[in-house]
Amino acid sequence: MLNAGFIIIASFGYIGLLFAIAYYGDKRADSGRGIINNPYIYSLSIAVYATSWTFYGSVGRAAAGGLIFITIYLGPTLMFVAWWFLLQKILRISKANGITSIADFIASRYGKSTVIGGLVTLIAVVGITPYISLQLKALSTSLTVLLEYPAIVMPSVEIGQPVVSFTAFLVAMAMAVFAILFGTRHLDPSEHHEGVVAAIAFESIVKLIAFVAVGIFVTFGLYDGFGDLFMKASANPDIKKLFAISPSSDYTQWVTLTILSMMAILCLPRQFHITIVENVGTHHLTKAVWMFPLYLLLINIFVLPIAVAGLLQFPSGSVDPDTFVLTLPMSTQNEGLALLAFIGGLSAATGMVIISAIALSTMICNEVLMPALLRMSWLRLNERGDLTSLVLNLRRFSCVFIMLLSYGYFVFIGESYTLVTIGLLSFAAAAQFAPVIIGGIFWKGATAKGAFAGLVLGFAVWIYTLLLPSFALSGWLPESFITEGPFGIALLKPYEFLGLSGLDNLSNSLFWSMVLNIGAYIGVSLSSEQSAIERIQAAIFVDAAEKYSGTAGRSNLWQGSAAVDDLRDLLYRFVGPYRTELAFKDHARRRGLELKELMAVDAEFVGVAERLLAGAIGSASARVLVASVVKGDIVSLDEVLQILDETSEVIEHSHRLEQKSHELEVASDNLRQANEQLKELDRLKDDFLSTISHELRTPLTSIRSFGEILFDKPDIEPSQRRQFLGVIISESERLTRLINQILDLAKMEAGSMDWEMSEVDAGEAIREALAAMSSLISDKSINLELMLPENLPHVYADRDRLIQVVINLLSNAVKFSNGPEPTLNITAEADGDALLVRVADNGPGIPDGVGEIIFEKFQQVGDPLTNKPKGTGLGLPISRQIVEHFGGKIWFEKAARGADFRFTLPFTHTVQVAE
Amino acid sequence: MSHSVLIVEDEPNIVLSLKFLMEGAGFSVRTTGEGAAALKEIEKQPPNIVLLDVMLPDRDGYSICEAIKANPDWQDIRVLMLTAKGRDMDREKGLALGADDYITKPFSTRDLVDRVIEISKELPPEI
Repeated sequence: MLNAGFIIIASFGYIGLLFAIAYYGDKRADSGRGIINNPYIYSLSIAVYATSWTFYGSVGRAAAGGLIFITIYLGPTLMFVAWWFLLQKILRISKANGITSIADFIASRYGKSTVIGGLVTLIAVVGITPYISLQLKALSTSLTVLLEYPAIVMPSVEIGQPVVSFTAFLVAMAMAVFAILFGTRHLDPSEHHEGVVAAIAFESIVKLIAFVAVGIFVTFGLYDGFGDLFMKASANPDIKKLFAISPSSDYTQWVTLTILSMMAILCLPRQFHITIVENVGTHHLTKAVWMFPLYLLLINIFVLPIAVAGLLQFPSGSVDPDTFVLTLPMSTQNEGLALLAFIGGLSAATGMVIISAIALSTMICNEVLMPALLRMSWLRLNERGDLTSLVLNLRRFSCVFIMLLSYGYFVFIGESYTLVTIGLLSFAAAAQFAPVIIGGIFWKGATAKGAFAGLVLGFAVWIYTLLLPSFALSGWLPESFITEGPFGIALLKPYEFLGLSGLDNLSNSLFWSMVLNIGAYIGVSLSSEQSAIERIQAAIFVDAAEKYSGTAGRSNLWQGSAAVDDLRDLLYRFVGPYRTELAFKDHARRRGLELKELMAVDAEFVGVAERLLAGAIGSASARVLVASVVKGDIVSLDEVLQILDETSEVIEHSHRLEQKSHELEVASDNLRQANEQLKELDRLKDDFLSTISHELRTPLTSIRSFGEILFDKPDIEPSQRRQFLGVIISESERLTRLINQILDLAKMEAGSMDWEMSEVDAGEAIREALAAMSSLISDKSINLELMLPENLPHVYADRDRLIQVVINLLSNAVKFSNGPEPTLNITAEADGDALLVRVADNGPGIPDGVGEIIFEKFQQVGDPLTNKPKGTGLGLPISRQIVEHFGGKIWFEKAARGADFRFTLPFTHTVQVAE
Repeated sequence: MSHSVLIVEDEPNIVLSLKFLMEGAGFSVRTTGEGAAALKEIEKQPPNIVLLDVMLPDRDGYSICEAIKANPDWQDIRVLMLTAKGRDMDREKGLALGADDYITKPFSTRDLVDRVIEISKELPPEI
């Protein structure tokens, strides 16, 4: 049954079925009842990721390297499960801006730049061509193997059989026809191809069923389940080591492959196309984030069992593991299953090729051909009638061109590589887009120049370290290019670029391309300026998630108006009369006008028209076209810059205002505090004056009273006269003392005191103070306990002031020595670097709760208004000023009985050292 | 019998002068240096006139004045406050509390004696 004719009929029969599905899907979509608007179809369509490379190559990879094949599915799973927000943001931006391809996305972000769009397209075409040719290779290989049935013969390295080569060509052309028929059927501003998506979802089911069927057959038909299979495999040490990640396996390769496939699911043009562009409902993503990884899991369950079974069944190594999926059913003469496996591989290849062709042809047309043609003014394209057919023809031409290119790569290069290596080559090319995409949607500062530099360098490194070696391996370049480097320069060996050895080819390439790509992208972005349109686009892309709500998040650069007729002509040509009239009617209705009355449209509608066009022919081309019909009133870049500058000035101003108002608040706070402090100072000053006034008036009262008494009564008794005069004298002395103290304190506080500093024998000074107080002490019969050692080191002080301090403390002590057996205890001793002087009494002591306050002016113990002892209340404050000036410290110790004042004075030598 | 004066003042020299002046004017004089003692003296034998210093060691003169004026038995006692604080606020406070006069230190002895005599004239004659 499995003869060439039947196989070819079955193959084309299957492709015919896909045609039918696509046709049905398109018909339903045309009638407004699309069948793809559900998350299941969406998730299945994303499974276009699983190509014939997955179908055949995974097993090959597993047979050679064990579990490492799983990395290619780990990356996408990580992206969908953990980084879905990235996909969501890209999806939102794309929907809001009518993005048609990954090139359009990147170009649009960087100021709708035709240069960037073209560059991305170039990289995509060069990078993806090997991948498409890989599908052709897989097809031709599987076909060749199947045609030998019932024998199992591997195809020779040469493309030996013309029939296979020819079949591959036919298949390539059939796929081109498919892509043309359903991918370029009509120009749709949303770039949706519902029929194709439906067909892709279907083929995803087919390849899954085929692969799982082979897996079940192998595991449960050839063996008794997983246990039996792996048990038998364990007997063979070469196979056994595939089951586990052996310590010797290269971890860098695991990391490289995972990262690479993570970027690939985002950046491969076909994945971007199916996940982003063909998406018909952003909410579908929420289901796809688990359904797509689930699909990948299902299709990978049997990879290792099939690989192991293949190794067990064909121990001689004569069968290429890449063909196990096919050769295992063949070896057991299971014709139906072999055919199903072949169809599954065909299915996987078809899906990938068609979507890639559509995505790439859209890019080539929109980003390269249209902008180029529109610039050739001699073509007078603007004035020609319906251009839809031109655009569609360009795309058709692009499809054929891509397929021929891939076929060429397949014929001339493809045979020298295994499936996996070719696939990874394309992954690495697509990965070059990741920095400018991810950077572009999160970093407003990224510039077109930066993106250009990053892409060019990354692409150049990719060509040098991966593509050129692939030519060398195929004999198109001398092999010494790889082994010795070009011109024998070892540093330039592509697989050990710049002397970095120890990495596999792929990791080496990815490392260098990413370092240079990201480095140039960031470096050049930081050192270059954005144009006005770049700034606008950057803001739209980066802020998309926050602002996206229907019409928001779109740029409108147009100012002024365009004649309705001009714009209508333009739109007719690219989006057709139906959509054009719909847009105009909608606009007229919103303006409250009849369609006929609409003569000119405003800037807003020009923006709408631009987006409509962008959907059909890409944003870069649309901008060029719309510019040609808007009458002179396009905002010039200078104007935009000015607007932006003004805006930023306003923002700047408002920032400054905010800052000023904050500063004012702070200032007024400070003022309020200062005011409080002033009030407090004022109150203190009031209290001070009031206290001084009281202290001065008291002795004055006695002086005046007795003065007047003596004046009024000259005949007063002599003894009384004498008493009264005595009072006048002592009160005058008190007054003088007080005034001196006040002046002293004021001078000390103002720092204008004249200090006569010298080396002073403190013991001698204390004795002098005691001598001055001796009469008072003996008057009160106070018991004196002295401890003044001779030969104490000298202190550096003003001798008179030091005596004053001791007198102050002594007079306080004497004043309070009112109990029985009053005792004064005076000691001086060395305490480290200072002299410690102690003056203690056994009087009433200092009440609990009284602290430092007694060293404040006029703060005698207790409220001065009431519990008032004799004295000025200035003794302690003055003593403190003096002691502190000498560099010492004065305080009192809590004592069980009496007051215990102490002060320190640094010894002369200490002061000198310090100075 | 002459009117009696109670001098409540803690500065001994001022007490000395006040006592001399009051006795010279014909009053019978008692003295005390503390607020609490002053109230005890008044309870023992209410004087006709109290010369009351505002700043006393144990309590302030205002509270003594208040206590005197609050006691119905002591309605006839005239209070003359003496203060070294010359601010209007203090003066008003003294008068508001019912002090009959308010004299600022240092005072004119003649003026003080005149005022005490003035106050004593309004008093019922002592028997």
